Parts: sequence; C-alpha cells; structure tokens
Amino acid sequence: MIRKLAWDEELAGRLIDERKTADGALMPILHALQETFGYIDRAAIAPIAEALNISKADVHGVISFYHDFRAAPASGRALKLCRAESCQAMGCEDLIDHLRRAHGLTPDSETDGALRIETVYCLGNCALSPAALIDGAPIGRLTAAKLDALVREAGQ
Amino acid sequence: MSAKVYVPGDSAALSVGADGVAAAIGEEARRRGLDVQIVRNGSRGLFWLEPLVEIETPAGRLAYGPIEAGDVASLFDAHFLSGRPHAKALGRIDEHPYLKRQQRLLFARCGVADPLSIEDYRAHGGLKGLERALAIGPQAIVEEVLASGLRGRGGAGFPCGIKWRTVAATAADQKYVVCNADEGDSGTFADRMILEGDPFALIEGMAIAAVAVGATKGFVYIRSEYPHAFAKFNAALAAARKAGLLGHSVLGSSHGFDIETRLGAGAYICGEETSLLESLEGKRGEVRAKPPLPAISGLFGKPTAMNNVLTLASTPWILTHGGKAYADYGMGRSRGTQPFQLAGNVKHGGLVELAFGATIRTLVEDFGGGTRSGRPIRAVQVGGPLGAYFPQSLLDTPLDYEAMLEAKGMLGHGGIVVFDDTVNLARQARFAFEFCAKESCGKCTPCRIGSTRGFETIDKIVAGENAEANIALVRDLCTVMTDASLCALGGLTPLPVLSALDHFAEDFAPRPKRLAAE
Ligand SMILES: Cc1cc2nc3c(=O)[nH]c(=O)nc-3n(C[C@H](O)[C@H](O)[C@H](O)COP(=O)(O)O)c2cc1C
Ligand code: SF4
Ligand code: FES
Repeated sequence: MIRKLAWDEELAGRLIDERKTADGALMPILHALQETFGYIDRAAIAPIAEALNISKADVHGVISFYHDFRAAPASGRALKLCRAESCQAMGCEDLIDHLRRAHGLTPDSETDGALRIETVYCLGNCALSPAALIDGAPIGRLTAAKLDALVREAGQ
Repeated sequence: MSAKVYVPGDSAALSVGADGVAAAIGEEARRRGLDVQIVRNGSRGLFWLEPLVEIETPAGRLAYGPIEAGDVASLFDAHFLSGRPHAKALGRIDEHPYLKRQQRLLFARCGVADPLSIEDYRAHGGLKGLERALAIGPQAIVEEVLASGLRGRGGAGFPCGIKWRTVAATAADQKYVVCNADEGDSGTFADRMILEGDPFALIEGMAIAAVAVGATKGFVYIRSEYPHAFAKFNAALAAARKAGLLGHSVLGSSHGFDIETRLGAGAYICGEETSLLESLEGKRGEVRAKPPLPAISGLFGKPTAMNNVLTLASTPWILTHGGKAYADYGMGRSRGTQPFQLAGNVKHGGLVELAFGATIRTLVEDFGGGTRSGRPIRAVQVGGPLGAYFPQSLLDTPLDYEAMLEAKGMLGHGGIVVFDDTVNLARQARFAFEFCAKESCGKCTPCRIGSTRGFETIDKIVAGENAEANIALVRDLCTVMTDASLCALGGLTPLPVLSALDHFAEDFAPRPKRLAAE
C-alpha cells in the first residue's frame, strides 16, 4: 500500500509555495496535498487562499466540487471500481454485490478500513471490463475471485 | 546481436500482467545468457490478445499472445527469439485480420514504435507534418485542415479548421492551445492509447495548432483516472523538450511553444470545454454560457484552440499527406477515419480505426466476433453515456455523424459498448438519469433536479405504479432537459433514455420481483 504522511503544516506550506505561481495553481496544489497526505486538511484552506489571493470560500468551493478530493484522512488501500456502461455489460454490479455480501464492503462509504471501495466511471480499460485500479495499478477482467484475493491481501 | 522484444506498457496490457511478462522475459534471458532488448511499446489495440509479445525478425514483427509470465520459459524453449512456432504464436502481426481490415492513419504507429523515443518516432514518419507546417505557415496550415474536412473527435464534431481560423484571426497578446484529454465517455480509450502509445503525435499536433493560430503555450488536461497516461505523457514532454520539439525554438524555427499538463479530479463535466477551462483556471468546473466562444475568449480570457486528443493527433498525418488525401476517406460530411472503440460484452474488444461509414454491425460482429458471453447481442450503446442504445434491427446504421443523428443517436467519441440479452434497458435508462444527477455541474434546473425526478419515475414505472402516466412524464422530462439545458450533459441524457423506451419498451413493463431479485 501507499503510505501517506501525517498532516504537516510546514510541508503543506512548502507544497503550496512551490506551485503558487503556476497558471491555474489551485488544482495542482490540491493534488499535491492529497497525493502527500491522502486528503486535504481543513487547515490548508487559509494558507492556500492567502497564497493565491482568493477567498477561503473559493478554495472550499473547489475542493467540494471535485469527487477526487477527500476531506478526511484514509488509511487503507483504495480500490477504484468502474461502474460505467462497459463494465456494467460485463457484470460490475455483481461484483459490487459480492463485495457487500462476502466482505461487508460498500462502495463510497465513510468508514475507513483496510480496503476502501470507490466508484469511478470509466478507467479507459473497457475492452477488458470489468476494470479497476488498486492504489493506481490497473486490473482488467476483474472477477469475484480476484476481489477475494485483494481483500485478503489488504487485510494483512 | 541483441534480439528486440516488444512487451506493451499500455495500461490495459498492464492490467492483465504485462509488467510481469516483461520481467520474466528479462529474467529468463539473463538465465540463458541471451542478449535481449525489451521495448515497452503502446498497444496495437487487440486487447483480448494482451499481453501481446512481439519479436522483430527479418520476416517482420511476429507476435505471441496472450502471454502470461508462466508462458515465458516455454517461449524461450521454442526459440521464439528467432520467431519459431509456439502454441500461442500468431504469425506476422500486421497480417492479422483484425488489423489488416483497418485503415490506420492516426493509429499507424501506436503499438509499433517506442513511444518515448524521438528517433523511433521520426523513423516511423513522425515530425514531417510539423516540418511542413513550419514551412508553409499559418494560413496554409488552416487551409489544409479545412480541406481535410477534419471534425472534432471529442463528440461535438465541429470542423477543426474553422475553429483554428477563428483563433488565428483573433488578435491577442497571448493565445493558447488546450488539449482535452478528459476522455470521460464510458467505452472509450483511444485518447489514452495515444497518450501512452504515441504521445509525440499529440505533441506534434499541438505544435502544428500553435503555429497555425499563433499560440505559445499549451495545456493538456488529463483525467485523474489515467495516472499511467499522465506519467507517460509527462515523460514524453521531457523527451520532446530535450529534442528541441518544444521550447523557445520549435525544431529550430522562430516559433516558441511549450506544453504543461494538468490533472483532472474525477468530474465528468470537466470534459465539456468551458467547464474544462474553468477547472484549468483553478475553479469549480461549472459550464460557462456561450458566447463568447473559447476560440475568442477562452483560457484566462484569451483566444484558445481547444481540441480533443484525436483531433490534434490527426493533424500531423494531414499536414504530411495533404488535406485532400485525408478527405478521400469517409462518407458524406464525415471525412477521414474514426478510431472506434469496441467494448463491453464483446469477444474481440479493441481499437478499430476505419473510414466513416462502416455499420455498427460490421464493428460488433465482423470485428467484435459477437458477445464474450456467447449469448445473443441485444443492445449496443454508441457514443458514451449520452449515446443511444441500438437494438438488433438498427445495427445496420452507418457510423457517421449525420446518420447517427438521424437514428436519434450520436457518434460522440466513437465508443461502442455491446450488451447481451441479459441486459435490462429500464435499468440502463435509470442509470443514465442517475449518472446525469451525479455529474451535473448544477447550473440548470432540468439537469440538476430533473435527472433525479427521472430515475425516481423509472423506479415507479418498473414497480407498476401508474406506468403509462409515468412513462409520459419521463418523455416530458426528456423534452424539458433537451430544450432547457446549457450543455450536452443535461441536453443529451434523454438520448439513452428515449432509445431505451422506444426500442426496448418491454423492459419497462412492471416486474417488481425480477428487478428486486437482480
Ligand atoms: C458533458 C460533456 C462531456 C464532454 N467530454 C469530453 C471529453 O471527455 N473529451 C473531449 O474531447 N470532449 C468532450 N466534450 C466535448 C467538448 O465540449 C468539446 O466539444 C471538445 O473538446 C472540442 O474539441 P474537438 O472539436 O476537437 O472535439 C464533452 C462535452 C460535454 C457536453
Ligand atoms: S446541462 Fe447540466 S451539466 Fe450542463 S450546464 Fe446545465 S447543469 Fe451544468
Ligand atoms: S466503462 Fe469501465 S473501464 Fe470504461
């Protein structure tokens, strides 16, 4: 798994500083924070607003608009499971049911565990549906058996 | 002499174990004291054969696939390095019927050349288009693109040459080229394949656009669902700068041009051009009202040529071979070739580049070989989540912009998703509304609220509550969404819904037990 650092104001400040002069700096800053800490801490909003000379409400508005940005830390592995049409045609919803029934895992739930299931719509791997990403690594032709193995690995 | 082995580094190939295969080949070669050079090419787009291993021989590139790490020792035992037979040997890959029947202009190099080698790119015909563009100048470039008939491959099909002419004619101290690599449509992956498998084609296309419109800076907005493509494309940018393709002097000319990448954040609406511009500027991805057109007032209020990956990456071929040669392909007002993407429940899913005008049936049956499940095809969705579902009786519809519109569908980005007879179209229509509700930017009421009403009403229909009146309500809702939405998310969600109602009415008959059991 990809271990994230604990929130660190000084490091966050540095990440913001390094990017603040880029064109349209806000998205690169938010990605850098999330990449480093696994989420965007509320404490980052004020320094970002100040660095970019925009209001705190603007920063908050952007964070809340995009599905990717998390407001709370997460510890486990992230399984992004595609639930768009091509993967539907190959039974992704059966896989969702399987995760729920066999492992008690529901997609996009707030609770944090060893394996977090996140819904995504299309990973561009539709010729090998059902598709997923585990911590950024692609998986094609996903099956219930492969899911069982991922759940097992994550729990170790 | 070292043997050259190709193992795709494309993320679809990785998703079925290509890294493991590459590592096993390296390991096995070392063990046997053989000198092997492994090239991580893009994918040829025959995904059911991935990982597809190729070996360069005097008789051409010979392929083996699909290869698992466990097959590697037996490949060496069979002397695959000299192209000898093996249970998984496929022969000359360019003779494979799936490729042989295609017209690969844009995808000619993808899966063939080393995606990060400028020398290899040149050896396969790269940079000739840009060299010619620099020689003939802005006006003549626009003329070539106009003559090619190239229309935007992102979905809207707007003529590329007209857009470029507008940007070129708008005076400003700063202009931009923006590449839309958000590729949000389900069932599509052609942009991703170019970003990973032939990135210099996009860079060359953006440089051609920059010269044509007078831009000095470019951005590529890549969706966050494509981490691998993002990394590959950034590596290609670094190589392009080193080779003098980007920078103060593009290929030694007086034109300066550089490109930066930006990562999306999981919002489908950010594929819409004005929402994408908002996002690039660091704002919420809310759709802007048009006018002004981005070509006149786009990124940071400056004239902006915004195009899809495939549109831009088609221009090097057009400049190399001439607009007329490109326009010789195609039918009606759809000129050139379209990279179709065959996906879903299909036996041979992959990238099929063909001149416009092939039928849906040619794609799903001749190329696709029918469903992967072996059951009959019942529905085919063309053009992503906002595209229509076609029944068997309409599979002879030609794939071109106008014919698709006439059939109450759209071509979109060229995605084709096959469903077998276990599909329930009421469920698919419900999903179309649900997706719209989730991804709406929130600006228009019919899109934001109507979509939620939509799936709630479909739930009532299949539960048998006032079915007839509620079906009428869904149709009304579709009319309102079509007429009163600022962009195509709200405006085209009715396409999948209405096609489901029109062609698959039986799925909307009340059957609470069956749906509940699913
Ligand atoms: C909801 C919505 C999503 C879109 N998504 C994409 C996309 O992912 N990629 C893309 O190139 N165009 C997308 N478009 C089309 C763009 O708005 C625009 O037409 C295109 O980027 C222009 O480039 P082109 O002329 O080269 O196609 C989308 C449009 C809408 C309304
Ligand atoms: S139709 Fe929907 S997504 Fe498009 S502008 Fe209106 S609310 Fe936003
Ligand atoms: S629809 Fe699932 S990967 Fe494209």
